[in-house]
Amino acid sequence: MPLVFAGACSHAPGITGRAERADPAARDRFYAAMDRLRQALEAARPDALVVVAAEHFANFFMNNMPAFALGMADHYEGPIEDERFLRIARRRVPGNRDLSERLIRRVMDDVDVAYAEEWLLDHGIAVPLSFLTPRFDLPVIPANINCQGPPLAPLHRAYVFGRALRAAADAVPERVALIGTGGLSHWPATPNSGKINEAWDREFLRRWTANDKAALLAYSDEETYREGGQGGFEIRTFIAVAGAAEGSTGEVWCYEPIPIFAVGCTVAVMHLGQ
Amino acid sequence: MSLYYVQKLLYQLNRDGELRRRFQGDREAVLAGYELTAEERGAIAAPDIGLLYVLGVNGQLLMHYAALCGLEWNAYLEAMREGIRRHGPVRAGVYAMVPD
Repeated sequence: MPLVFAGACSHAPGITGRAERADPAARDRFYAAMDRLRQALEAARPDALVVVAAEHFANFFMNNMPAFALGMADHYEGPIEDERFLRIARRRVPGNRDLSERLIRRVMDDVDVAYAEEWLLDHGIAVPLSFLTPRFDLPVIPANINCQGPPLAPLHRAYVFGRALRAAADAVPERVALIGTGGLSHWPATPNSGKINEAWDREFLRRWTANDKAALLAYSDEETYREGGQGGFEIRTFIAVAGAAEGSTGEVWCYEPIPIFAVGCTVAVMHLGQ
Repeated sequence: MSLYYVQKLLYQLNRDGELRRRFQGDREAVLAGYELTAEERGAIAAPDIGLLYVLGVNGQLLMHYAALCGLEWNAYLEAMREGIRRHGPVRAGVYAMVPD
């Protein structure tokens, strides 16, 4: 069944953990867009949701760091963060091992993806799920792109990873949806937390919505680090979604810079099937 | 310079309750299992969150170690700034402070 949905959103822990400290109007516009994303996802009637995230040492560390990984289990645990910090209760989230394995086999035609039969969810997946599947009842297939421990996979490989996920989803009978989650510019967990480069973000989203592959892949990591901070490396997750939606264009439903959330809060979709 | 092992210990402390209990009981014994300089060992044991930041610990590890040490969010941000004031710019990694 062709991929039924492709979108992207932010995942910063402040989105749930520091909710009351945000400007209420901006926060509520962002939350409303996340709810619109939930409705669109539900309307696509997915059997499973692949979440392409950029985890923060929940599972992978520099002793053995995969550039790309996919979960392959019937359930996952998370979030790992303190419940008072994130305000999301730890729980078991359903997976689908059999579907994961079939997707992984197909992705491996193009990308040497690592697989993981255990996977702890961190805020990078748990925050989006808390909005998109608030009952945590849709089977999830976690995917990761290393955006934390350089050397990082180049952007063109993130695009190929997304394209491989698309080919894999298209090849299975299940209805598979895809969400990428990550920054755009941000400087999380530094004294600059709250700094946002809105102009850089908006230019990235312009390239993303046009699905302009050459322009998306033109960023160097030096430029991204300078203009978008180390959190900006997470544009890889958005680029993977662009790869999955190659040939389609997208739309930004929300972009709200919210400093206490430490990121320009983004909700965007790709219009598949064009 | 053994930043990798500093980060490895913090990564393990963040996720392993049993190691945390051992660390709280006998820090030196746990620290002896890692290749650390005296400065690194002192920064972890103190704990000196500001110095760990300057040494280049990834913020996604340090943030949770700071919380484990009882620092709430604003205190953690201030500890990093104090580290810069006392020890100079961040020496490694990608979590350096930049002009606002």
